[in-house]
Amino acid sequence: MARSTNSMRTPLAKVRGLGSAKSGVHHWWHQRLTAIAMVPLVLSAIYLVFRIAGSDYNQAISLLQNPFHAAILLLLIITGFWHCMLGIQVVIEDYVGSEWGRITSIMIVKAILILLATLSALSLFKIVSI
Amino acid sequence: MSRPRPLSPHLSIWRFQLPAVMSITHRITAVILTSGTVLLTAWLLALAFGENSFNLVSMIISHPLGQFVMFGYSVVLFYHASNGVRHLFWDFGKGLDIPGVYTSGRIALAAMVVLTVGFWAFIFFS
Repeated sequence: MARSTNSMRTPLAKVRGLGSAKSGVHHWWHQRLTAIAMVPLVLSAIYLVFRIAGSDYNQAISLLQNPFHAAILLLLIITGFWHCMLGIQVVIEDYVGSEWGRITSIMIVKAILILLATLSALSLFKIVSI
Repeated sequence: MSRPRPLSPHLSIWRFQLPAVMSITHRITAVILTSGTVLLTAWLLALAFGENSFNLVSMIISHPLGQFVMFGYSVVLFYHASNGVRHLFWDFGKGLDIPGVYTSGRIALAAMVVLTVGFWAFIFFS
């Protein structure tokens, strides 16, 4: 730090863009936003489970064809899978040592989750339009 | 690194502590919940594909083994949700002292038990 007097650059200019000050805050913030959103969504989904438990095919279909019920499920699919992707990325980053292993495993896991989210949403669209 | 050196968090020298165990449990439950999303997708796919596939999935869910998986998944979900709310309080700067961390940990565990028991009681007695 004593050497800093030899440079015309300010300390702030030297650290800008370094470290995690790129997209880390964005990631952290979205993890929290989706967490908060999931409190009412999970509670509503539990209500749906109560309604749907033990019901037959026709009852399940007509229950989910209620736009409010379908909205709960669609929002839960979007928010839940998003929350999963953000969280699992951090877990992989913490435990996978090699950079190649880290990048490829994050890509594979995210691809699987995007596939599951898409299948879930499209299934819901089909159920709603039966 | 030429010779193996002990790595943080030095698990072998720490005694059992509630906050540490709850912290790693939060991660483990997160991974289980993420893996379990495949069950939600399977259920929705079965419903979308028609009555036969839906009846098959309903049969699997109502089988004792299916019920065991459902129960396990509900415990994991209620743990992660309760402890997740605890995390949100921390994000607002609440309860970050040592006694507070223990108190909120016990509240989260109690919430998990109450939610799980309440959920299954409602399923069976309604």
